[in-house]
Amino acid sequence: MHPKRTDKIATGIIFCIVATVVLILAFLLGYILMNGVPDITWHFLTSQAQSFSAGGGIRDQLFNSLYLLILTLIISFPIAMGAGIYLAEYAKDNWITDIIRTSIEVLSSLPSVVVGLFGYLLLVNQLNFGFSILSGAIALTFFNLPLLTRNIEESLNSVPDLQKEAGTSLGLSDWKTITKIIIPEALPGILTGVILSSGRVFGEAAALIYTAGQSAPTVSYTNWNIFSSSSFLNPMRPAETLAVHIWKVNTEAVTPDAAAISAGSSAVLIIVILLFNLSARFIGNRIYKKMTAAK
Amino acid sequence: MDDIQRKLQQNSKATREDRLGKVICYTCIGFIILLVACILYFIASKGIATFTKDHVNVWQFLTTSNWEPGNLDSKGHPMVGALPMIVTSFSVTLLAALVATPFALGVAIFMTEISAKKGAKMLQPVIELLVGIPSVVYGFIGLSLIVPFIRGIFGGTGFGILSGTLVLFVMVLPTITSLTVDSLKAVPMHYRQASLALGATRWQTIYKVILRSATPGILTAIIFGMARAFGEALAVQMVIGNAILMPKNLVSPASTLTSKLTTDIGNTVMGTLPNDALWSLALILLLMSLVFNMIVRFLGKRGNIKNAS
Amino acid sequence: MKTYDFNDNYIIDIDAENAIETDNVQVSYGKNQAIFDTSLEFPRFKIISLIGASGSGKSTYLRCLNRMNDKIATVTGKIMYRNVDINDPKTNVYEVRKHIGMVFQRPNPFAKSIRENIQFALKENGIHDKNELEERLELSLQDAALWEEVKDELDTSALALSGGQQQRLCIARSIAMKPDILLLDEPASALDPISTSKIEDTVQLLSKNLTVIIVTHNMQQASRISDYTAFFHMGHIIEYNETRKIFTNPKIKATEDYISGDFG
Repeated sequence: MHPKRTDKIATGIIFCIVATVVLILAFLLGYILMNGVPDITWHFLTSQAQSFSAGGGIRDQLFNSLYLLILTLIISFPIAMGAGIYLAEYAKDNWITDIIRTSIEVLSSLPSVVVGLFGYLLLVNQLNFGFSILSGAIALTFFNLPLLTRNIEESLNSVPDLQKEAGTSLGLSDWKTITKIIIPEALPGILTGVILSSGRVFGEAAALIYTAGQSAPTVSYTNWNIFSSSSFLNPMRPAETLAVHIWKVNTEAVTPDAAAISAGSSAVLIIVILLFNLSARFIGNRIYKKMTAAK
Repeated sequence: MDDIQRKLQQNSKATREDRLGKVICYTCIGFIILLVACILYFIASKGIATFTKDHVNVWQFLTTSNWEPGNLDSKGHPMVGALPMIVTSFSVTLLAALVATPFALGVAIFMTEISAKKGAKMLQPVIELLVGIPSVVYGFIGLSLIVPFIRGIFGGTGFGILSGTLVLFVMVLPTITSLTVDSLKAVPMHYRQASLALGATRWQTIYKVILRSATPGILTAIIFGMARAFGEALAVQMVIGNAILMPKNLVSPASTLTSKLTTDIGNTVMGTLPNDALWSLALILLLMSLVFNMIVRFLGKRGNIKNAS
Repeated sequence: MKTYDFNDNYIIDIDAENAIETDNVQVSYGKNQAIFDTSLEFPRFKIISLIGASGSGKSTYLRCLNRMNDKIATVTGKIMYRNVDINDPKTNVYEVRKHIGMVFQRPNPFAKSIRENIQFALKENGIHDKNELEERLELSLQDAALWEEVKDELDTSALALSGGQQQRLCIARSIAMKPDILLLDEPASALDPISTSKIEDTVQLLSKNLTVIIVTHNMQQASRISDYTAFFHMGHIIEYNETRKIFTNPKIKATEDYISGDFG
């Protein structure tokens, strides 16, 4: 065939492929939002889930998801920060670093269900945390650590070495230079990474089914004593999240309006994640601008 | 000795800060290493219990297809044949990668070679959003759209490998695409210029020059996609049907390693054979993820050699 | 390029109080030796230029003087400052750098306000008195000839300044620490001629109160501002003499060839 003609045909095919992919996404988002958004009512967001009758809401699941996310970030961020600093600033080019990097790669490529099962084994059984928010948050930390660490390392590496030299040449310790000069400059990248990983954590279910559990016991939102078993803040209670809820009503539950609940929950999940995505872009850009140009 | 001389020869606040900082960072990284070691150790030790403690034959485990861990067969051996799950897992993984790769290549070529500015700007968020959609949502859509659709065309239940493949196709598409984009971008600009200057058409350049030199990177992208597909649990579990049968065709209910694990691990008692057998499935998952990792490393090395020469 | 005998060198002894001196300093990166036995004396309150072709080791040598090569290269030999060998691993490197400041080839202000750029390190070193901080801010900016240009926008980001201003800010940041010695690593190589001459004026002004050691590839610059000049070639110190003498009457062939533009 004539090369020019092949060229045209190939280009045409590629255009079709791109259009198909865009359509798939548009269709997915459209389907979730069109089906789900009508189900999102104030009642849906603020009432308890029902097991056997229609009309249940997702109040507890939504709260659990957010609470788990916050706990996960509180645990995983400092560790990822330390590990990221190590890789960006202290790691030498030798076999130890090689082992470390390989370990992180292995951790990041583990299926989340394996991470969840490990959490089940270690946290729920061995350490006797039971099905609890704490177990869930730690399991999600395992799942979140490698990506967050790599993101922080990359953000730190994107700050020019000159900045570090500037700090150390003034007699500042490496640690001060890193924490007070390099980290602030790497902040837009770090924040973007944290927010994007939040989206991942928020939507994760496989790692939670056997760690945070699949039940959402009745809790009191006025009981602020975190040691009380009925308090919404108690980290030792089981907590079904929104993502787990979607999975459960679709596979195991007998709720009559399972489809509507899933659609509504999926829409809420997607909207929250979209918000995370948008804010990651927005906040990153904003801080970057604020730092680099004064006016 | 004056004050400055003394200070020069003593530790100061900065020395202590640095020591503290190092301790903190080394602890964090040590924690991660320990964690990985623990995961490998725990899953491995649980996973091999089936063979060491319950004396199941490894070969039998991998190659027979009766899975009734609670019962014994006619010869008195426990029936733990994981072959159906293994076959199903590999089938959905390979099929999903097979379907997704042309799409991923197309999108990646579009983003790097055809419309590098506008197209990339428009498609980047599309890919990020596809990554961002949680797997349960994919599962839910699969359950409410794809399964009925397949049922409508092929009859039966609609659950099965085909539904699983279609769901996984959308899930691995962004992974393969974004990594392919990276590897296409890494092809030096002068390759393109040289080829076009020789009178090659754009497609000839793409096909004969760019795709060739980016091959290791593209293969890596596909392996990453396969790793994601192989390890995906819930989305697949929701559409695969969860029947422990040797898959006869693409539209009969089947069960993957991950789906079996998620469904059953809560229904078995720790330390019993049915439970141990499930941990052996988890071990297969773990080992496969290590294998994918090794392939990626191998491809990375080959890519480096190719670029260096 | 011609080859020269590295043992053929001419290094003067300076009969004055030294700010810093090196004794048999050698630097290597892994297996590659970058600096061979270098022993030099730098008299107080003078400006000393280090010249040589790129790759001659002049910057590497400079960076030894406040231990900026730690973690990058292996440095052996003695570097005596106030009768303390600051190259001794036991010496407190942070204290060393407080007294021996450095300004780099490319301007590297922090992504902070102009005020914070100057005051940040001061605060970290325990100066919290507001008046003193403000005083040092103004004085150092004045010494760096930047005060007039920025006094009304001290709280804006330092990254909004021009390259020349940024470099003068970096000088101000260093001298705010009141160092004894200021090391300048080709401070004007990335700047336009006007900024360059401003920096030269600044450096000459500064040498009233401190010792300046400046690496430059610009021989006019070296002859304009410095009292002494050291010529480096392929990691060896070839000639060290009063600037006037070295440029009018070089004692060694290699120096002569370099100055007359044969290589470099």
